[in-house]
Amino acid sequence: MGFKRTYSEINEKIKTGKVVVVTAEEVIGMVEEKGIENVAREVDIVTTGTFGPMCSSGAFFNFGHPKPRIKMHKVWMNGVPAYTGIAAVDAYLGCNELPEHDPLNSNHPGEFRYGGGHVIEDLVAGKTVKFEASGYGTDCYPRRKIETYITLEDVNEAFLFNPRNAYQNYNVAVNVSDKMIYTYMGALKPGVGNAHYCSAGQLSPLLNDPLYRTIGIGTRIFLGGGTGYVAWNGTQHNPCAARGENGVPTGGAGTIAVVGDLKQMKPQWLRGTSFLGYGVTLTVGIGIPIPILDEEMLKFTAVKDEDIVAPVVDYSYDYPNATGKTLGSVTYAQLKSGVIEVNGKAVPTAPISSYIKAREIADTLKHSITAGEFLLGEPVQNLPSADSGISLKGLQEKKAP
Amino acid sequence: MSPKKIVLRFPSQIVDKPLIYHLVKDYELMINVLKANVNPDKEGFMVMELSGEPGKYEQGLSFLRKQGVVVESLSEGITRNVEKCTHCGMCTSICPSGALYISRPSMEVIFDDSKCVICGVCLKICPVKAIEASVNGRQ
Ligand code: SF4
Ligand code: SF4
Repeated sequence: MGFKRTYSEINEKIKTGKVVVVTAEEVIGMVEEKGIENVAREVDIVTTGTFGPMCSSGAFFNFGHPKPRIKMHKVWMNGVPAYTGIAAVDAYLGCNELPEHDPLNSNHPGEFRYGGGHVIEDLVAGKTVKFEASGYGTDCYPRRKIETYITLEDVNEAFLFNPRNAYQNYNVAVNVSDKMIYTYMGALKPGVGNAHYCSAGQLSPLLNDPLYRTIGIGTRIFLGGGTGYVAWNGTQHNPCAARGENGVPTGGAGTIAVVGDLKQMKPQWLRGTSFLGYGVTLTVGIGIPIPILDEEMLKFTAVKDEDIVAPVVDYSYDYPNATGKTLGSVTYAQLKSGVIEVNGKAVPTAPISSYIKAREIADTLKHSITAGEFLLGEPVQNLPSADSGISLKGLQEKKAP
Repeated sequence: MSPKKIVLRFPSQIVDKPLIYHLVKDYELMINVLKANVNPDKEGFMVMELSGEPGKYEQGLSFLRKQGVVVESLSEGITRNVEKCTHCGMCTSICPSGALYISRPSMEVIFDDSKCVICGVCLKICPVKAIEASVNGRQ
């Protein structure tokens, strides 16, 4: 552990145009060629990226008051309800939310053609959205109803606040039953007919900083095509999950909560998404720059697909019933080869998260940093890590105390 | 009547029954097979032009349906909207003909029109509706 670098030194280099930035994919080849020590001295920042469906996403809005004023008790945007249990003209639109009269899974598998994620994409794309609200009338907020049309420009604030994004590693989903199943991991064919995975592997943000040494509260990130921040650890953050010798979790582990101005974002990086038989969600683009503070950080960012393993889980019985059983584990290199072996059978794989878009995000971030447009945010507090003692709880069914 | 284009989907159990023979023999229909992917162990697909006397035509189709064949009118074509496609890859493990596949190591999703049997499965699977179909010239 020879030298060290600080955030302010790196930011100084960004401002003077001397910073050296490479992507988490490019750094792998560099390390193979020149070794950890040399590359750590040469490179200041490694950029990462991921573009996948992230269900715990949504946006806060302040719509402004009409005349006369209203306390919005119910709000619908293009027919999709938003949560209004906050101040009068504030609401939160969750990306999984569905229109009131969606047929859901009544004709299984339901198509779920439109929902909260699509409203967010439409707004970011500059489209006009139908807005309806009802109130029950108070002395200060007498109005009971309003129906109008809004664009992203019309509202006072709109910020994405995603309570759980960028899962550090994830399950590989298969179906051992004898009928097709439709899950949040896609359509899974019977008899382990296919295997779906959902991580950018070696490009994925939290897999490049496995112990959250640099990704913490206040880290500045690429979020949905704009600039965002890590606000907190994500929900279900499970830093004490099993890890390999390289520190990388061998299954789902850490998560982050992120926040950013929706008005800066781009529809290309926030896509309303429909999962047949499951529901709607939002596909979110996230990129995180990892400062090479020392050799250890460089070593972390040089992680390769063959060094990252993920558990294979049956989504027909074991996952729904939370049995905790896995059918073995595979590496991302195997997953990306297109075929893995499960119970001695060759199974074709498909990703759900887009690797080429993850690469594009890491590249975009790299170019914004080298162009001096994006400075590092030094975390004001670290996320709970492997030494936190956190353990994930299930929900217990209890009698009234 | 003028020939209509239809898609037949056969569950694996009935792939080996002589259904087409019956269409010709019992219902006097004329058949022009445009594309076929029939394999004894798997679900099979057949795209054909079918014509005959209207009454017999309908009877022929209901015969097929009774045998468990899914009969759909043909989308003239399946296209992938490259602007919308995120290359997530989800369609690739579901596409029965290999028309949608991942080019490795770039991980780009490719659509090879010539392999497509127009089964339409990807239309519902694609999470961002990047797959588009036109039925008889309409979208
Ligand atoms: S319609 Fe779609 S799923 Fe069916 S063969 Fe063509 S590309 Fe594949
Ligand atoms: S499922 Fe849709 S978005 Fe994903 S790769 Fe296929 S066509 Fe593209």
